[in-house]
Amino acid sequence: MLLAEQLLNGLQYGMMLFLMAAGLTLVFGVMGLINLAHGALYMVGAFACAVVAASTGSFWLGLVASLAVAAAAGALVEMLVIRRLYNRDHLDQVLATFALILVFSEGTRWLFGDFPLYLKLPPALSGAITLPGGLQYPFFRLVIILVGAVVALGLWLLISRTRLGIRIRAGEADREMIGALGVDIAKLYTIVFALGAALAGLAGGLVGSIQSVQVGMGEPVLILAFVVIVIGGIGSIKGALVGALLVGMTDTLGKAVIPGLFARVMDTASANTTGSAVASMLIYILMAVVLLVRPQGLFGARV
Amino acid sequence: MTMNREFIINIMIFGLLIAVGIGAHLAGQGFTVTLATKVAILGLAGVGLNLALGYGGLVSFGHAAFFGIGGYAAGVLASHAANGDPLMFGFGGSNQMLVIWPVAMLAAGFAALMIGALSLRTSGVYFIMVTLAFAQMIYYFAISWPRYGGEDGLSFYVRNAFPGMNTLKPIEYFTICASLLGLALVFSGLVTQSRFGLALQSIRQNPQRATAVGIRATPVRLTTFVISAMITALAGALYADLNRFVSPSMFSWHMSGEIMVFVILGGVGRLCGPIAGAAMFILLEHLLGKVSDHWQALLGLMLLGIVLFAPGGLIGLITKGLDALRKEKADV
Amino acid sequence: MSDPILSIRGLKKSFGALTATDDVSLDLYPGEIHALIGPNGAGKSTLIKQIVGEIRPDAGSIAFEGQVIDRLDGAARARRGLARSFQVSSVIPDFTVQQNVMLAVAGAGGHVFRFLRPALSDPGLTGPAQGYIAHAGLTGREQSKASALSHGERRKLEIAMALALRPKVFLLDEPMAGMGLEGAKQLTAILSELRREAPILLVEHDMDAVFALADRITVLVYGRVIATGTVSEIRANPLVRQSYLGEEA
Repeated sequence: MLLAEQLLNGLQYGMMLFLMAAGLTLVFGVMGLINLAHGALYMVGAFACAVVAASTGSFWLGLVASLAVAAAAGALVEMLVIRRLYNRDHLDQVLATFALILVFSEGTRWLFGDFPLYLKLPPALSGAITLPGGLQYPFFRLVIILVGAVVALGLWLLISRTRLGIRIRAGEADREMIGALGVDIAKLYTIVFALGAALAGLAGGLVGSIQSVQVGMGEPVLILAFVVIVIGGIGSIKGALVGALLVGMTDTLGKAVIPGLFARVMDTASANTTGSAVASMLIYILMAVVLLVRPQGLFGARV
Repeated sequence: MTMNREFIINIMIFGLLIAVGIGAHLAGQGFTVTLATKVAILGLAGVGLNLALGYGGLVSFGHAAFFGIGGYAAGVLASHAANGDPLMFGFGGSNQMLVIWPVAMLAAGFAALMIGALSLRTSGVYFIMVTLAFAQMIYYFAISWPRYGGEDGLSFYVRNAFPGMNTLKPIEYFTICASLLGLALVFSGLVTQSRFGLALQSIRQNPQRATAVGIRATPVRLTTFVISAMITALAGALYADLNRFVSPSMFSWHMSGEIMVFVILGGVGRLCGPIAGAAMFILLEHLLGKVSDHWQALLGLMLLGIVLFAPGGLIGLITKGLDALRKEKADV
Repeated sequence: MSDPILSIRGLKKSFGALTATDDVSLDLYPGEIHALIGPNGAGKSTLIKQIVGEIRPDAGSIAFEGQVIDRLDGAARARRGLARSFQVSSVIPDFTVQQNVMLAVAGAGGHVFRFLRPALSDPGLTGPAQGYIAHAGLTGREQSKASALSHGERRKLEIAMALALRPKVFLLDEPMAGMGLEGAKQLTAILSELRREAPILLVEHDMDAVFALADRITVLVYGRVIATGTVSEIRANPLVRQSYLGEEA
């Protein structure tokens, strides 16, 4: 029973990571850009959701705001800064997007201060439901899993079935080609970037509802999303999904199981500390193993 | 010609740092001496990273790992020396910098060997993400390991000792740090001019060509990564002693970013670039901090400006300025 | 004829459904220029990449000086004297002429792990480098950056670097690519110089150059060898005329 709950927690965590990683991997695949500020867009989404939900009283409007504000922030940043970086080396991209983090973080701190905000879930979403088998599980976490699955499906349809998807795939394959085909590359890039930003913002809005909303919340998630991408293979949406679920499961189950395992060979107190220290390293060990076996990632074409 | 001009700028930057330290001491400005010490230490961390990033083209976003390992080596050894607990194998810790430094460098060197061997299986943007992730792993480990303070960090009350010096006096500690920085500069200058340096820079610029003349890239890169980590770890140990405090924040991604900013702000692949970068960073922190609590936002905007409009960093700007001046003179 | 210096037997390489190298065998003998020709997509570059160790064949074997080298990586093959040269951008742009050649000397010697001695004051590097620079006709240009050289000078620098490897075989991958008529003529002259140093395996599109220089020619079509022989044999071969030269006309 406890295991089933942890599995669901892992799934929920994985879906949230997928929302982050999908945008990152899309932006890298199409534009060849490494975007450290992706975590800042996640934070923007969370704040937008918290503020709009608090002032209108509607959580749904908050979620819409998290998508819209993050997408708008993404499009703005793309047009002002990011598009000057496509032809630069990765070092410049890292530094510029690092600078963007500073601007976003301090800007948000200036607007909202250091104190965390809390979101209140509407009654329709809060509370627990009883799953088949008798397990009580928070309803909202199930919603997050569902949203993640819907987004995964939606992205797959978008990329395999729509005109925009064709252009995105063409962009991944050959950047000059799509220009020659008469596609407005600048517009395409802005759309893709805003799409990635919207997904990050959505993740922020959802997670902000189960955790506190505060400055600096984006970067730890960003780094996890990097781990996801390294495991899944860069540029691959499928890789992002598989990697995210792997990372989510490994982390959640590791933290639940490892201290108990350690307690069999040492006393409880030190088992807890050693166990949790080891558990916190587990996903990185997973990444190391993937690097040893398949340096290009599970679904990556090549390094 | 360019070598000469670069050499003069290097001497000027290092000389200016020494002059500020000594001048502040003579003027009785202990705080400024400490600021100069901080520049020297963070500059040293940058000199370490510059070897990998600037000369080797290895964009490591995880050098905080080595900075932190150096810092914790100092903190852990000092805490064991203070409370008498044996550390391991009957070794009881030490408060001697001459013991702490090699331990810090060896520990970081070993970590860099592991991290580097894994990370160098990738390249480009993967390498950036993987180094960042491994540093984050150590960060979380430090936070969840309560033996040495966990999230709260570890304080030690007396600065570690160096034979014949009173390390608690700002100017004497500045002397130690500036001397190590000087040594590291000479070392890095020699390495980049050596056979190894030629190989390293050729691998950065044209790896296929390097292979075609019989140079295997991975051992050269890994060696560079390890040396680079060791220098940054030395800086970490000095930084721990400067603050008499270490905490997991030394391992944070933000620290990695800052070290990288020192290097890029000063000018990638320029010997004294990291010192100029660290000096500018600390000066901005100091000056902008007075103007606004949100100085980091201003810093971010300035960084953006530099990346977008002045690639080549500070020294790049200076040399360009000198060129322009010379040209004007020649025209007249 | 003496023993071949480079001997390729039954090399195979596929990428998915595409067979890029299909059971290729080929010998290079001392003193000869052996040209490898074929239409675009015939698998010439893939073959060269397998010889230098950049990609691994699926099957088959390569012997160099009578020893199988299948397990050696690219750098080790280069140090043995299997020199690949004349590729696009095959110099280090930020290095001076002297540094470029010193790099090749250091790499060929296998001693790059020397950290503290300035390379410029190492007579083990500067001495030989000076010799190769002179041999290639670049004396006086030692301190110029490679990126500042003229096209012709860059070719000379590449020759100096190739010589510094003291190659036992030159593998030349389309040296004429992107050269004007005059450049191609100059290079043809240089190649006939180079053959005195070591035999050459030449991949080339320029048929005039191939027919002027080569002793023997191997024709590759869709990854298969369809003919090997002297220039006149190849010219007369009906299969070649039909499947390859015919396309040119």
